[in-house]
Amino acid sequence: MSEIKKFMFVNRKAPHGTIYALESLEVVLITAAFDQDVSLVFLDDGVYQLKKGQQTKGIETKNFSSAYRALEGYDIEKLYVEKESLELRGISEEDLLVDVTVLGRAEMGELMDQQDVILSF
Amino acid sequence: MLHIINKSPLANCSLDSCLRVAQPGDILLIEDAIYAATIGNAFEGKLREAMGRFKIYVLQPDVDARGFTGRVIEGVSPVDYSGFVELTTTNKTCQSWL
Repeated sequence: MSEIKKFMFVNRKAPHGTIYALESLEVVLITAAFDQDVSLVFLDDGVYQLKKGQQTKGIETKNFSSAYRALEGYDIEKLYVEKESLELRGISEEDLLVDVTVLGRAEMGELMDQQDVILSF
Repeated sequence: MLHIINKSPLANCSLDSCLRVAQPGDILLIEDAIYAATIGNAFEGKLREAMGRFKIYVLQPDVDARGFTGRVIEGVSPVDYSGFVELTTTNKTCQSWL
């Protein structure tokens, strides 16, 4: 496969109440293995996936939040968070466990327009 | 009555509906509903308003799992799993808003 496509993963769900966030992460890593151009977007409750300080011992589930820090090692460095989603949840860039680019809604829409494939979780 | 909510108020209207129709009583926020009780979230005003009519509880292990330890709105009472069980026994009935 010679052609590189632009893949965007749009994450809009909170991390532990449903399986979506973890499943998205799995597919992201698979896509990265095929040397594609991967972007991750965190919108609405999806921004909670990146919240620092998640301690899942009490609910006895896998704490996959540290995996977002490992994405860099798979050359996944394009992480985008929508500004308004953070503001509505009373959290800021400093509350997130990885470096992200914060975009306004218009910029986010433009970025979506530039993609070849968009996968929603 | 004990009302149990498990959905984020910013993604689903369960908590909103509960607050709209329920008679005064206890509300327990579990799983993704705990985000309603975090400081600065867009639902904070509605939850504070409801605190006059309802006693609000959060399941602390779900707060910790989501990284909001120490960032819960004042006046919301944390409970552990045994506290959860106790609430189901001290109330005559329970309603899960799925």
